[in-house]
Amino acid sequence: MNRQIRRLGIAMLVLFGALFVQLNVIQVLRADAYNDNPNNTRAIVRDFSRPRGQIVAADGTVLARSVPAEGRFERQRQYPEGELFAGVTGYFSFIAGAEGVERTYNDVLAGRTTQTVSDIGELLLGEPRTADVTLTIPTDVQRVARDALGGTRGSVVALDPRDGAVLALWNFPSYDPGLLSSVDIEAAQAARDRLLADENSPLLPATYRETFFPGSTFKVVTAAAGLSSGRVSVAAPAYPSSSAYVPPLTRNPINNFGNSTCGGTLADILRVSCNTAFAQMGVDLGAEVLVGQAEAFGFNDVPPLDLPGVEPSPIGDVASFVQNTPVLAMTAIGQNAVRSTPLQMALVAAGVANGGQVMVPHVMAEVRDDRGEVIDRFEPQLWTRATSPAVAATVTEAMVRVVEDGTASRLSVPGVSTAGKTGTAQLGNGLSHAWIVGFAPADAPRVAVAVIVEAQPGASEQTGGRVAAPIAQAVLSAALDATSP
Amino acid sequence: MRRNTELGLILLVIVITAGTYTLASLGTTANLPANIGPFLGIVLALLAGAHVATRHLAPGGDGVLLPIAGLLNGLGYVWIARLNGDLAALQATWTAVGIIAFVGTLALVPRARELERYRYTFMLVGVVLLLLPLVPVIGKTVNGARIWVQLGPISFQPGEFAKIILAVFFASYLVEKRELLGMAANRFGPLTLPDLRHFGPVVLAWAASLVVMTAQRDLGSSLLFFALFVIMLWVATERASYLAVSGLLFAGGAFAAWSLFDHVQQRIAIWLNPWSDVTDQGFQVVQATFALAWGGIAGTGPGLGNPDRIPLIETDFIFVAIGEELGLLGSVGVVVAYLLMVGTGLRIALRAEAPFNKLLATGLTTILGVQSFIIIGGVTRLVPLTGITLPFVSYGGSSLIANYVLLALLIRISDDNATAEERTEPAR
Repeated sequence: MNRQIRRLGIAMLVLFGALFVQLNVIQVLRADAYNDNPNNTRAIVRDFSRPRGQIVAADGTVLARSVPAEGRFERQRQYPEGELFAGVTGYFSFIAGAEGVERTYNDVLAGRTTQTVSDIGELLLGEPRTADVTLTIPTDVQRVARDALGGTRGSVVALDPRDGAVLALWNFPSYDPGLLSSVDIEAAQAARDRLLADENSPLLPATYRETFFPGSTFKVVTAAAGLSSGRVSVAAPAYPSSSAYVPPLTRNPINNFGNSTCGGTLADILRVSCNTAFAQMGVDLGAEVLVGQAEAFGFNDVPPLDLPGVEPSPIGDVASFVQNTPVLAMTAIGQNAVRSTPLQMALVAAGVANGGQVMVPHVMAEVRDDRGEVIDRFEPQLWTRATSPAVAATVTEAMVRVVEDGTASRLSVPGVSTAGKTGTAQLGNGLSHAWIVGFAPADAPRVAVAVIVEAQPGASEQTGGRVAAPIAQAVLSAALDATSP
Repeated sequence: MRRNTELGLILLVIVITAGTYTLASLGTTANLPANIGPFLGIVLALLAGAHVATRHLAPGGDGVLLPIAGLLNGLGYVWIARLNGDLAALQATWTAVGIIAFVGTLALVPRARELERYRYTFMLVGVVLLLLPLVPVIGKTVNGARIWVQLGPISFQPGEFAKIILAVFFASYLVEKRELLGMAANRFGPLTLPDLRHFGPVVLAWAASLVVMTAQRDLGSSLLFFALFVIMLWVATERASYLAVSGLLFAGGAFAAWSLFDHVQQRIAIWLNPWSDVTDQGFQVVQATFALAWGGIAGTGPGLGNPDRIPLIETDFIFVAIGEELGLLGSVGVVVAYLLMVGTGLRIALRAEAPFNKLLATGLTTILGVQSFIIIGGVTRLVPLTGITLPFVSYGGSSLIANYVLLALLIRISDDNATAEERTEPAR
């Protein structure tokens, strides 16, 4: 029996050895990954009771702050502006973790960044040094965006094309982050359940996390592709005046809205948003040129906005268009194989406005420590070079015509030369997304904007100009007032 | 000599327990524990009482087991007190009853072999205890498992006692039948199989385990009973073929249970991927993983972690609370403590001369080792989680008392060994 008992001993040793290994894996090797898991609220419990920095708007309005609380947690996070900045600040919630700026800049807000320690006492006894994050968004611009969009599903994105600073980032419906960050856990849970169950998904920051067919606003990209390839210029070609275009490999024609007839050179066809001409331009240029230009604007890539979970805007890869000219034609007018976030379309407008250079978009302007000293500041960076300055200038000229004498007339800011392009992305059920992109002043742009109003009745090219342009116009005006030349 | 070692270790255990208790109190309330004086007195009185009893009743008994059990019991108490003050008072009472049971067992069983006489009584009592929770009216279902019995104001888990009583019965039964069971009757290639009818007991134990698993929905105990019987049978007969056949039976039973029962499928699914449902089914295991990871190497410090959100933290998951607040150092320390107990138990088995003593020591050690492995492995997701208590640490009277009885029996056998060795070595 002794031999068996010894073997039993060895078996036990193996089993307990496995426990030892498993404990090392959990507590040492993978500990960091588990601690960072979004489902793990331990870090939040700790941070909940600690001081936490404020998030403030560009004008100094406090958007998020921590105040002393009674009970289980020593502090409570408040959002004085309610739903207005929910899509930017996100929330800091015990039950749901962190979202938005609260998540991206968690380490600075919680005071966990490595800072120079000024004396040994601070090192040994010091409370964590929290820091405040100042955003690039002025409250009044954000408020204009909210009020102009009103109670319709949609998104508004405004940027400074020169440095990528976000000036407005609003989507409706929104939510009050304070509901989720309540220290009354049951109330917070109930609020979250209610928001999650809402079919309008108010928790989703659609501005950078939801993609839509861009419709005719994408013709800006197609026009840039034609100009960049050298096969399209201001003067040539002149597309035939037509009410239908039948791409190769199909018998289904692409029509203009209301079966109208249009054609001509670049400025003409952009001004009236001529589907037949742009579909033909896309097919003539080929997938490589069109997709290449879209990718140069940032499609198929994640925009480096400093918010969590930014969605890329997809366009089909070149191979998928081989032997598939009908889809290529549809894609050239912003349907079928291309989708875009409102943020990405704003970046397209910003790229054109900034001489073809798309800057890294950002909502953080600067970080200040608890003594008010600036410890970090966002330095403007080039994200992607979309077009040459010459191409950008030509597109700008054509876009100014669209506002002066075309579908985007309601975008015009009085006294300021404005560039724009409308879009009406048909959903096939009588509804369409009304789009507009634009920027101003056209000669020295300070603000670029993209607006989408979702699922509007009607499917004429006028929809974008009628519904979305006034909203974008209001935001442009407000943002121009808020930015310095 | 051994008794002095025991005394020294016990004093060390008291210092460790009192220190951790103080730290946990500082961690949770930022105050020194108000009752540290009485606490120290009670710990001292209990362990010293057990020690004095062993000095008189089992002077040659092993000197390491009691201090390790005391350490585990003490750590368990500290965390129960830190997590749930109401349970702490009860656990203190159970500890006292456990020590009384320990002393009582040593007093009632002067020689391990005296147990051999009552084997069929033990069998009867063991089976009755095992099936008692299934009796209507007195049987109770708690957390989905029907393993409780309520008699008037007292409720207990008879299975905790059944495992020890059945170990005694198995040991005596197998000692009697081992020659018969070990005979090679059939050869299949390299494998020699005993006569098929000798597999009867194996099938019986297997069936009993299945009853425990299906009727009481207690996967952990079911696994423990079967493992106990098979290991004892293997050690008694020295026939590996029993292991092989039992392994097949286990696999078959496990597969059948998996295909028939939702709760078994659920356990396996959670084990394989707890992340698919972190807020509901996988919550407990995922939170346990987070707690252990948060502890890291050195832990958050006693009283400074957040283990309280894990369901069943005072019982099945108490290891996780210790792992979070004492870190890898603490969790590995607990694992090493069990390993030391298992090693000591098996050494006692090796040195025992009487086959009954040898087998009983093996069986009791197997209970301790397999049970602690099942639950520590379960909460760390090494094996599927099957609810069972962590010996000496978890909250629970039945478990604590039963394990102190188990400890007393092991010490009794080691005392028998010492007496036997004295006899065979003439005095110089």
